[in-house]
Amino acid sequence: INHVVHNGGLYKRPFNEAFEETPMLVAVLTYVGYGVLTLFGYLRDFMRQWKIEKCQNAIEREEQKDFVPLYQDFENFYTRNLYMRIRDSWNRPICSVPGAKVDMMERVSHDYNWTFTYTGKVIKGIINMGSYNYLGFAQNNGTCQQAAAKVLSQYGAGVCSSRQEMGNLDKHEELEKLVARFLGVESAMAYGMGFATNSMNIPALVGKGCLILSDELNHASLVLGARLSGATIRIFKHNNMQSLEKLLKDAIVHGQPRTRRPWKKILILVEGIYSMEGSIVRLPEVIALKKKYKSYLYLDEAHSIGALGPNGRGVVDYFGLNPEDVDVMMGTFTKSFGAAGGYIGGKKELIDYLRTYSHSAVYATSLSPPVVEQIITSMKCIMGEDGTTFGKECVQQLAENTRYFRRRLKEMGFIIYGNEDSPVVPLMLYMPAKIGAFGREMLKRNIGVVVVGFPATPIIESRARFCLSAAHTKEMLDTALKEINEVGDLLQLKYSRHRLVPLLDRPFDETTYEETED
Amino acid sequence: MDFKSMKYYLYWLYCQFELITCSYLMEPWEKLLFYTFNITMLVMISYTAYLFIPVHISTAFQFFLHLLGNQHENAVSIVK
Repeated sequence: INHVVHNGGLYKRPFNEAFEETPMLVAVLTYVGYGVLTLFGYLRDFMRQWKIEKCQNAIEREEQKDFVPLYQDFENFYTRNLYMRIRDSWNRPICSVPGAKVDMMERVSHDYNWTFTYTGKVIKGIINMGSYNYLGFAQNNGTCQQAAAKVLSQYGAGVCSSRQEMGNLDKHEELEKLVARFLGVESAMAYGMGFATNSMNIPALVGKGCLILSDELNHASLVLGARLSGATIRIFKHNNMQSLEKLLKDAIVHGQPRTRRPWKKILILVEGIYSMEGSIVRLPEVIALKKKYKSYLYLDEAHSIGALGPNGRGVVDYFGLNPEDVDVMMGTFTKSFGAAGGYIGGKKELIDYLRTYSHSAVYATSLSPPVVEQIITSMKCIMGEDGTTFGKECVQQLAENTRYFRRRLKEMGFIIYGNEDSPVVPLMLYMPAKIGAFGREMLKRNIGVVVVGFPATPIIESRARFCLSAAHTKEMLDTALKEINEVGDLLQLKYSRHRLVPLLDRPFDETTYEETED
Repeated sequence: MDFKSMKYYLYWLYCQFELITCSYLMEPWEKLLFYTFNITMLVMISYTAYLFIPVHISTAFQFFLHLLGNQHENAVSIVK
């Protein structure tokens, strides 16, 4: 249900987020489908056990048959019997730069996805709706590539040391000053891997005796970092500020579980854009709560940096807030900057502490120089410091693409989750056969999409996730939308019961859609 | 003319059935097993229905007629 949320004047712009409920009939039919597949899964397991069929999955060795069974849980059952049947929609090998269009190697399977063989043909010009290429910096030509090539010929590709020993190049110092300036914080530090940034730095910030309040749908890296730290973890409902406030109140009033002492630190872990839902965090409310209850905020802007906000500076810029209110701003360079690695930004004392105590700084190899140069060039481009308006145009193009694509999909009648402004667009599929069918049909029509099922999503809420890019032209989006419309009619994916009247030429700032119910 | 769109519509319905019951994902022998089981159950249920439903309906009809018939007789005797 689209509604405009104004919460005591905290929001300067309307916040339109919607998660339409699963239709009852669709849920029942999804369970029917999973039931049939489970029965056939038991049948196939029986046949493999009694050697009627050749067993092609991993099993324990003869000597280990009396030990604790390794492959009897539901996850392995699911992998053997359900995932294998639709496996050809994942791990597709691409053989060109993942820009707006990508080349893919064709492969066939003669034994129902247990093994694949390459036919040798390359499918060219597939419209890429799956890569995290939000601003279109994944290119193999242009200023970024030339600068990176120059640095490669100057520094080489390897660093051969960790950051603390001999791996601190002048390029890293330059990058960190630039990142701090980009975000509007005092200081920043860059790491070689985005996942490792989260999982290795949260243990350095909190420990036993601290409390972590983490969102329900946080990424695995945040969950891993929280678990490694040894702090107490409490989960609040996804993007639900009442749930968060209740947990904060309970934590302050009751303190630690047995001793009733006050918590040493309370850290709230949220993400800028949640990549499976396409929802944006309610940052003004989180910051208000953080200030009221005197806790700390860790914001993971992996998908939102570069992709949101009028200047591309992330979710803080999108809401028009002060970056100094967020204690730890974390992000990755993988998505909008076309490089690899992650960063953490914040106050100078915090970053100086992390330089000494973070596991990633001490043990992991630092960023490779050409990658650093790619980040520096793309960041300067977004900020406009390279003298062109190319960066600003990209940011605006992405926002336009997002609005257009989401509006058209909603008009067609698909169920789309998430916020109106997020470039991550999940389209609900629900039934397991449609996951495989959607992936294959879209590939037949030369469009590459990412479909997601269990265990990344709840078992009945499987979806196809589109990642829009500033590199997509309107023609590409129109082609993609036409094909999605066709496939949606073929597979009957248009479940939505709220039909939107198509907007004519109204600018986006008037956000009320007229809703008609069928 | 209409047969073509009718045939296409029936094929589309069959595709939906395949997708909902996940027989789209099954190997040919699994599909055979599944369809055989389904068709056998359908045939058995329809045969049972064919045998028993007319008997049940006529019994119910007679019961209600008996109820109404008694009232009719009583009304006639009062008038007399």
